[in-house]
Amino acid sequence: MTIKRVEGGRTDHKVFIYALSTCGWCKRTKDFLKEKNVAYEYMDVDQATREEKREVGEFLKERNVPLGFPVTVIDDETVISGYKPEALAEALGL
Amino acid sequence: MTTLEMVRRRAELDAKANGYFLNPDSEFLENILEGLRVNEERFGYPACPCRIAVGSFELDRDIICPCDYRDPDVQDYGACYCCLYVDSATYEKGEIHPIPERRLPEKALKVFSSIEEEEKKSQLMAGVVEDARIGRILFYCRQCGYVVFREEPPYICPICRAKREMFSEIGPLLETGGT
Ligand code: SF4
Repeated sequence: MTIKRVEGGRTDHKVFIYALSTCGWCKRTKDFLKEKNVAYEYMDVDQATREEKREVGEFLKERNVPLGFPVTVIDDETVISGYKPEALAEALGL
Repeated sequence: MTTLEMVRRRAELDAKANGYFLNPDSEFLENILEGLRVNEERFGYPACPCRIAVGSFELDRDIICPCDYRDPDVQDYGACYCCLYVDSATYEKGEIHPIPERRLPEKALKVFSSIEEEEKKSQLMAGVVEDARIGRILFYCRQCGYVVFREEPPYICPICRAKREMFSEIGPLLETGGT
């Protein structure tokens, strides 16, 4: 399984990031959450298995998310595409 | 083995040759360079670290760094998609922001479909000249004569910097074998 968990004090929202291990804006997004002490899970899609990649592709298509990274999903509901600290803060009530 | 220093030097030289600068945020820059290094080790070519690569040279060709989208992106937004290359204004401001993706979503989607299938399709396409709508075509720059075999003309001529509008197809000539 390619999903990793990062612990944090804030656990009131379920946060999941589709990221790339090599991408600068994905790192910024992870760092932002870490800095705000938000617990989150992420998948580095470039390191995922083919089956996982296919699932990610389906998810993004289903939700009509533009194909770029990172994609942050909050409470399985709010989808934030790209590095957007303001949008993250708002969705997480920071 | 590709080292970080090799990747850095290459980017520095490329920036200089094109009148660009590298990202002024040294930590961010370090990340992108490391991403390029990892991808070069992984695929044998430096695929864009902020995009998802298929791992097939044919399918990733447009996102091998410096990618096809760099020049128009630096021109329009002051930075490339990864913010590796920036223009002088962005460099001096020292502030970077994400920019929109110019690459067509269909291209990235290929990663998520069957890789073998896509490769077969693209190999077939490489040999097909007559169907301009799906295959690759020869384009030439009317300003300097640069010729390129692609699905679509480049945004900017890499030789003389002419805009996309300066490119014309030379597909039909090939079909009839000249005159
Ligand atoms: S977006 Fe920038 S770093 Fe990424 S491939 Fe293009 S030029 Fe290279």
